Amino acid sequence: MSLKLKALLKSPWVFHLSTGSCNNCDIEILDCLTPRFDIERFGMILVGSIKHADVLLITGSCNRQSVIILKRLYEQVPKPCLVVAIGECSLSRGMFIHSYNCPVPLDKIIPVDVYIPGCPPKPEAIIAGVVKLIEKIKREKLKSKKR
Amino acid sequence: MIYIFYFLVYGFLLTAVIGLLASWIDRKVTARVQYRVGPPILQPLIDITKLLGKETCIPRGASKTTFLMAPVVGLTSVILVSSLLWVNNINSNNSFLGDLIVVLYLLTIPSISIMIGGFASRNPLASLGASREMKLILSYELPFVLAVLVPVIKSNFSIRLGEILGFQAQNGVIVGNLSGFLALVVALLCMQAKLALVPFDIPEAETEITSGPLIEYSGSGLAIYRLMKNMLLFVLPFFLIILFMGGLRFDGLHLLSGVLKYVGLIALIMVIRNTNPRVRIDQAVRFFWGPMTTIAIIAVIFALLGK
Repeated sequence: MSLKLKALLKSPWVFHLSTGSCNNCDIEILDCLTPRFDIERFGMILVGSIKHADVLLITGSCNRQSVIILKRLYEQVPKPCLVVAIGECSLSRGMFIHSYNCPVPLDKIIPVDVYIPGCPPKPEAIIAGVVKLIEKIKREKLKSKKR
Repeated sequence: MIYIFYFLVYGFLLTAVIGLLASWIDRKVTARVQYRVGPPILQPLIDITKLLGKETCIPRGASKTTFLMAPVVGLTSVILVSSLLWVNNINSNNSFLGDLIVVLYLLTIPSISIMIGGFASRNPLASLGASREMKLILSYELPFVLAVLVPVIKSNFSIRLGEILGFQAQNGVIVGNLSGFLALVVALLCMQAKLALVPFDIPEAETEITSGPLIEYSGSGLAIYRLMKNMLLFVLPFFLIILFMGGLRFDGLHLLSGVLKYVGLIALIMVIRNTNPRVRIDQAVRFFWGPMTTIAIIAVIFALLGK
């Protein structure tokens, strides 16, 4: 694996983006930073600026107004970057599936790397999801090397 | 030739290694204070490696050259200061007249480079952060220069770092006197503001203006800024150790006392950082121009009286 990707996996700085969620998932993301879960031991920091981000944590049902901003923010992230969909709404629009305001789910708009289900998912589930993402990328890289 | 060696090995490599280690200690202690586990030891290095591998975005309408040059200017001045300090510390006869003043000027340039970068990035929050940084420089420079004046007066009005070190080797450290102690207290608090750590992290207040002047930086620009800040975490305490505590030495037991001096200063910085809330910019200016300048003037008067 290249040094670039190795370093990225060891210090993924996360940016938290809500596309119209009910705030439950956002509170659970903030719970990951508390002393009980402490994601800084994996080198993760919650950053405020999109230009510093490596991982986008996206919550919410992607309604018509926020999709524009979502696309713009995805274009602004310095690549390589990863996208994590958190919560039922961003996975499949949840209870808003028949709503006039949420035409498509998140993974039809931008490429998603890992899905974390739950309404809201527990902090343990979020951490487990991110660990799975890291494992997945490591495995993919190994496979591509063998070929 | 020997100066290039000093510049690369002592000024850059050694300072960067100690600075990265110090920033890890800082993060770890902060985590332990908050009952967290904290990052692994190589974390600052990994962060910088990662940032070097990322894409560098330049905002539309920003001045490209200024935006990319500002971090380099800051880092270069930090490396210059640290090599100047190391040269003086290793061989105190090797100094030139007025190098103290050169060091004082060069220590301001990192803050100025952050300001240049902030204004060049064409972002309202970055401009706000840069203007706060400017006000902060105006506030802390006066007491800092007054505090630096005390060792100068003590060592018979010498503005060579080498002579200040030599004076301390013969007559005992300057912090042992009343005036030296008062000046060190002032200089420590000014150092906190120079490093932009928590009571005075007004320019990059993460929760209000999301890291201020650095908001538009990504990739290698941000990596250079982080490296610069980590190196400052070594250079500024080192400067105070030379001025007030007789410098670092590497023979036998002196090595231990040198490490203790540095760790003591870093521990003080961290205690201040972890037990204080952020102040507003007007409070910071009032604090530095009021009590701090008064204490610094009292220290200068004591030094002139020979106490």
